[in-house]
Amino acid sequence: MIGIVGWGSYVPAYRIKISTIAEQWGDDSAAIERGLLLREKTVPGVDEDTITIAVEAAKNALKRAQIDPKKIGALYIGSESHPYAVKPSGTLVIEAIGMGHDVHVADFEFACKAGAEAMFVSYSHVKSGNMEYSIGIGADTSQGAPGDALEYSASAGGSAFIFGKENVKAEVIGTHSYTSDTPDFWRREYMHYPRHGGRFTGEPAYFRHVLAAARALLEKSNHKPEDFAHAVFHMPNGKFPLKAGKILGFTDEQMKQGWVVNKMGNTYSGSSPTGLAAVLDVLKPGEKTFMVSFGSGAGSDSFIFQATDAITEAQGKAPKIHDMLDGKKIYLSYGQYAAYRKKIRYNDIV
Amino acid sequence: MRDVAIIGIGMTKFGELWDQSIRDMFAEAGLKAIENAGIDKLDSMYVGAMSSGLYTEQEHIASVMADYIGQRGIPSARVESACASGSIAVRSAYMEVASGMGDIVLAGGVEKMWDADDGSMVLATAADQEFEAYVGVTFPGLYAMMATAYMDKYGLTREELAQVPIKNHRHGANNPKAQYPFEISLDTVLNASRVADPLRLMDCSPITDGAAAVILCPLERAHEFTDKPIKIRGLGAATGPIALHDHSDLTKIDAVKLAADRAYKMAGVTPDDIDFAEVHDCFSIAEVITAEELGFFGRGKAGKAIAEGQATYGGKIVINPSGGLKSKGHPVGATGVAQIIEAVEQLRGEAGKRQVENAKIGLTQNMGGSGGSSVVHILEAI
Repeated sequence: MIGIVGWGSYVPAYRIKISTIAEQWGDDSAAIERGLLLREKTVPGVDEDTITIAVEAAKNALKRAQIDPKKIGALYIGSESHPYAVKPSGTLVIEAIGMGHDVHVADFEFACKAGAEAMFVSYSHVKSGNMEYSIGIGADTSQGAPGDALEYSASAGGSAFIFGKENVKAEVIGTHSYTSDTPDFWRREYMHYPRHGGRFTGEPAYFRHVLAAARALLEKSNHKPEDFAHAVFHMPNGKFPLKAGKILGFTDEQMKQGWVVNKMGNTYSGSSPTGLAAVLDVLKPGEKTFMVSFGSGAGSDSFIFQATDAITEAQGKAPKIHDMLDGKKIYLSYGQYAAYRKKIRYNDIV
Repeated sequence: MRDVAIIGIGMTKFGELWDQSIRDMFAEAGLKAIENAGIDKLDSMYVGAMSSGLYTEQEHIASVMADYIGQRGIPSARVESACASGSIAVRSAYMEVASGMGDIVLAGGVEKMWDADDGSMVLATAADQEFEAYVGVTFPGLYAMMATAYMDKYGLTREELAQVPIKNHRHGANNPKAQYPFEISLDTVLNASRVADPLRLMDCSPITDGAAAVILCPLERAHEFTDKPIKIRGLGAATGPIALHDHSDLTKIDAVKLAADRAYKMAGVTPDDIDFAEVHDCFSIAEVITAEELGFFGRGKAGKAIAEGQATYGGKIVINPSGGLKSKGHPVGATGVAQIIEAVEQLRGEAGKRQVENAKIGLTQNMGGSGGSSVVHILEAI
């Protein structure tokens, strides 16, 4: 049996309300909240970034896995906001969590799918017998340009998953990946903010890939939507995942637990992984959950997990994501948010 | 000058056609029209498109489209009059056939709007660049000013104006080619996102990809191709000022009246003879004003008349049986041709659930910008 032996998440304590951003730009706040189904999003503190988030998430995963970090053979972080263009984020995390040096590390990138990819590769390492344990992390602090629609959703947070063969809490039943060259969203290296194709990001990008990966996995694994206690879809906003789930035949009730976006925002590479973490926090032994990621450019990875008897004890060993989202929160004004997110330029520092 | 008939029609679905390029769409419409007419070879063609250059970086579409419908070698021209490009293409084809210069002439229109980065900027090229677009107004803004003036002068309420898109969506729900083939409620219209006060999202026609084509031939030859030739009985075109501030009155669009008068005169009919009309509801207020310019309702009365059901089945006249620009969609260059196609289907008795009973004479009114140009066709079932 191969699957998740430990999972963990982290979101910063800071928040900004959608209405605060809307008032800043003179947008119709009610229309936006209704249209995107978002209420507030997380904001990283001044000294937080993808790496610090990944470290916290990985530590929480280790608490649930209860293993010696030196046994982990590889660490992969997927993000759209690696602090460096050249210099891996992963090398910092292995030092911070004490994995030792005889390990494989790589940073992953594929828009919002990078976390799910890190999970897929980690799973594959264990499945092939390459290593005993491998950790895949999705974390981001991505930004939307001021005044752009993305500003309402782009947020910060992430989750980590340790895969292994022993003491598995959620077994991997099946996976499927679907990829095509569909440039719906991109950022050139020298640009600060990404650009996107407006409504082209919908049907030809998000829905095409999410539905294709989902349908292929359901078919080849011989499952129907009714077989699952929960379902998680990538959450660029509140509406898309619910619509995709509905098209496939999942109910709002099934999607509720993993639908963290309305109070978290879109943590990009952390999005569907964190939705999954929210599900694992409550999943009962024997129950199955469905998860589909999406990354612009574009592609989707779909997974089926089934909880084992060992999951219940592990759930309480680290903070649960809904508790973190509902717990201690510090609301920022737009000015504070702009300062924290380094949108205010002073002298030569951007 | 010979009489002219329409013997073939073809169009794509209107909507967000992600899988079709501008050529794909025109080819689909053109080939369908050619098949519908039962012909092989065209003598000539005209393509209406407002801005293939700014939207798709492709000019010279006269050449591209002739080739892509398999008619390489024939003479072809691209014509443009902003949102009236399609009907200007039909008028151009009409003149070629009427003059005897050609027998089988295609008039098509196309617009690929969804690939553009800044569509509002492209549309604003239909306004006055120097005095309007340059200082920041966009099309919804111009029509919003007309709406404000009309509502103030004639006491039209917001709820009454909402009846225009509600009616058009009700008609469009029966149109399989429509972009939004479903009904909308008063609540939806009144609470839609604000675009330019008093106009909200549901008062504005959408961004649409699509193409439409018709084939014209001399009426005396039409029986070779069809049992149901549709005669172009009247045709009128006119220009107006490009800038809204040069209108004689913000509640009037003189170009429409001029074009309509010319068409009625040529056809020898009056507004009361018209069974149905496809009008240019780029914005809800546009339908109200044009209905008055076309003589269907008295000055200042159209808004309330439409709200009372006088412009739908069972009323005085059916306006926009296709769903209009609002429900059917508005691929700018194609709209004028699509209006003609709806009229042809109505007059052939092939309009399905949208059929206007005993439709004998129909009118189409197409308009560019805020009234900078307008073209009116009057068609008759023979």
